[in-house]
Amino acid sequence: MAENQKQNGNRKGPRRRPAFQLRINTKYAPRKVADGQVLSCITGSSLTDKQLLELYRFLKLTRLVEERIVNLYRQTKVVGGVFRSLGQEATAVGSAYALRPDDFITPIIRDLGSVFVKGIRPRDIFAQYMAKAWGPSGGKDLNVHFGDMQNGFIGPISHLGDMIPVMTGILLAARMQKKDIVGLAYIGDGGASTGAFFEGVNFAAVQRLPLIVIAEHNQYAYSTPTNMQTAVRNLAEKAAGFGISGYIVDGNDVIACYEVTKQAIDYARSGRGAVLIEAKTYRRKGHAEHDDQRYVPDGEIEWWEKHNDPIDRFERFLLAHNVATKEKLEEITGGVIREIDEDCEWAESSPLPEAEGAAYGVFDNSIVAPAFRPKILEN
Amino acid sequence: MVEAIRQGIWEEMEVDPTVFVIGEDVGAYGGAFKVTDGLIDHFGKERVIDTPISEAAIVGAACGAGLMGMKPIAEFQFIDFISCGFDLLTNYAAKCRYRWGGNIPAVFRGPCGSGVRAGPFHSLNAESFFLNTAGLKIVEPSTAYDAKGLIKAAIRDPDPVLYFEHKKLYRLPRLREELPEDDYTVAIGKARIAREGRDVSIITFGAQVLNALDAAEELEKEGLDVEVIDLRTLAPLDKEAILASVKKTSRALILHEASLTGGIGGEISAIISQEAFEWLDAPVVRVASIDTPVPYSPPFEDYYLPQVKDVLDAARKLAAY
Repeated sequence: MAENQKQNGNRKGPRRRPAFQLRINTKYAPRKVADGQVLSCITGSSLTDKQLLELYRFLKLTRLVEERIVNLYRQTKVVGGVFRSLGQEATAVGSAYALRPDDFITPIIRDLGSVFVKGIRPRDIFAQYMAKAWGPSGGKDLNVHFGDMQNGFIGPISHLGDMIPVMTGILLAARMQKKDIVGLAYIGDGGASTGAFFEGVNFAAVQRLPLIVIAEHNQYAYSTPTNMQTAVRNLAEKAAGFGISGYIVDGNDVIACYEVTKQAIDYARSGRGAVLIEAKTYRRKGHAEHDDQRYVPDGEIEWWEKHNDPIDRFERFLLAHNVATKEKLEEITGGVIREIDEDCEWAESSPLPEAEGAAYGVFDNSIVAPAFRPKILEN
Repeated sequence: MVEAIRQGIWEEMEVDPTVFVIGEDVGAYGGAFKVTDGLIDHFGKERVIDTPISEAAIVGAACGAGLMGMKPIAEFQFIDFISCGFDLLTNYAAKCRYRWGGNIPAVFRGPCGSGVRAGPFHSLNAESFFLNTAGLKIVEPSTAYDAKGLIKAAIRDPDPVLYFEHKKLYRLPRLREELPEDDYTVAIGKARIAREGRDVSIITFGAQVLNALDAAEELEKEGLDVEVIDLRTLAPLDKEAILASVKKTSRALILHEASLTGGIGGEISAIISQEAFEWLDAPVVRVASIDTPVPYSPPFEDYYLPQVKDVLDAARKLAAY
C-alpha cells in the first residue's frame, strides 16, 4: 500500500495548466449610448483607406444582395424561404475580413457577408435561392448551404451547432497537414444552446486548436429572446466553462469586429487555442421573410434602425475621417448594383435542374450506381 | 477478429499518412476492446487521437478532417453510443457529397451486437437506424478474413462507411484463421456464399452467420441442403446475390439479430417478394430478436435473441410448406 502510494506520488502525469481565470476582454464591447448620441465606429484601426472602402463595399453588397433576393421572393422566383442579416452585416463582414485567404469559415444563415468576403460571388447565392442548375449545389440544397474548399468556405446545415465540431476537424486535419490556418465558426444566441456547440468548442479547447467562434447575440432565435435561451447575460461568459478566452465586441461596428477578430486570430494562431467572441447586435427582420415579428416590443426595431444601423455608422465614420466623399460612396454602391444586376440576370437565365439529376451523387457514382426511380414489375 | 481489424488499420496507416484514428480511449489504453492497441506507440498521438466523451465532436471532427482530404477512422466505444453522433452522421456525413460534392472518406466503427450479457446499452445492432439514410455505406463482417478486407476497403472508400464489429466474434476461437500475407481488400457491396445448398436460403450477416451454419449442419442430417448467404455489406445491399440464391432454392429465411420490426429483414423480404415472386415455393420468413430492448439477465437475453433452434424450426417449416 505504502509502496503504491509512493509510486503514485512519483508518477509523472500530464503537465497541469494553471487555473483558468474568468477574463472577458471588453476593449471592443459596445459603449452605453447617451441620449442624442450619434454612433460611428472606433478609431485607431490599422486598416488602410483602401481596406476601409473594401469593407464598405462588402457591407453594401450584403445588404443589397439580400434586398434583391427579397424582390425575387416577392416575384415568387425564390423556391424556399429568405433569411436576412439586416442590421447585423458588420459582424460577418468585419470578422471574416480579418482572415487570410487560406483560413476557413463556417457561417450561419445570417452571415452572408462573410461568404462574400471569402470570395463567393452573388450569382452563386442568387442561383441557390432560385434552386437553379448553375448554383454551386446544382439545386440540391438552399442558400448558403454549400461549400467551397478552395476558398475556405464550408456552408452550414440547418442543425445549428453541428458546424463547430466539423470546423474542429478541419483544424485538426490542418495541424496534421502542417497548414498554418485558423477557423472561424459562427453561431447564434440560439445555436449556442446546442450540445454540438459545446462538444465542438470543448474538443477544440482541449486540443488547443485555432478555432475562433463568433457568437452573434442578435437577441432572438426565431421568436425566442435570449433570456429564454440562456441564463448568462453575456454569451462570452460561456468561454470560462471551456477554459478559453472570451471577448465582447460591438457587432454593429465593422471596424471593432475586424479588430477584435484580428486580435483573436493572432492569439489562436500563436498556439494558445480557441477563442469565443460575442458580437452584440440586433436582428431587425424576422427569422425568415414570412415572420411577422409579433413577439418584438413596439419601437425596438425602429430604435435600432434609426440609431444603430451598421452601414449608417460606418458611412458616418468614413465621411467624418475623410476616407471618402459622399460621391465616392455612391460610386461604390453603383458598382455593387451593377454587379448584382449582372449576377442576378445570369442566375435567372440558368435552367432548373433536370429531374433525373436528383438520383446522382449520393455516393461516388463510379462505384455505386445513381439512385434512379426503380421500374416496378418489369422483366 | 480483433487482430484482423487491427492489422487492417495498421497496414493502411503505414502506407497512407492521411489515415488516422480518433475516439475515446483509443490511445494509450488501446480502445475498450483493444482494436487500436499499440497504434499510438507506432504512429504517435497526432494520428491516434484520444477525445473527450463526445460523440458529436468525434463524428464532426472526422467529417471536417475528411473534407480536408484526410481518412479518419472514428471509433465508437460501443455502437450503442452512435446515437450521440447520429445527427452529424445522418445530416452531415451522409448528405455532404450529395449537397455540394464534399466527400467524406471516413470510417465510423465500433462493437455492436448482443449475447454477451451487456444489457440494454452495450448490446445494440444499429444498422436499421441508418438504412433509411441515403449516403452511408454499412458493413459487418463475420470472419477474420472479411474483417481485415472490409476495414481496408472501408478506409480506402471515398464515402462514409459504418463498420460494425460484432463483439461476440472479437475473440472467438472458431474464427481463428491464417490471413494471407499480401495486401487484399473485400469489396463493399458484395455478399458471400458461406455455405452452398439447394433447398433453403438463409440470408444473414454478422454473428448470426454462425447460427445459420450450425443450423445448416443439423439440417443436413435431416436431408435438407441449406445455403447460407453472408451479406457482409448491408448498404448498398447485394441484391443480385440474394436473388440468385432465392431463385436457386425457392425458399428464403432471413435471419438477423436486431429486433424484428423495422429491421433489415423487412427490406430483404420486400426485394425477394417483388423480384423473385414467381420462383418462391413458400412465404419469405424472418427470424430476428423480439421487439424489446436488449435485456440483461441470461434467460431474458436468450429469449430475446434468435437461437439455433429458432432457425431450425423456421427452416423445417419452410421446407415442408
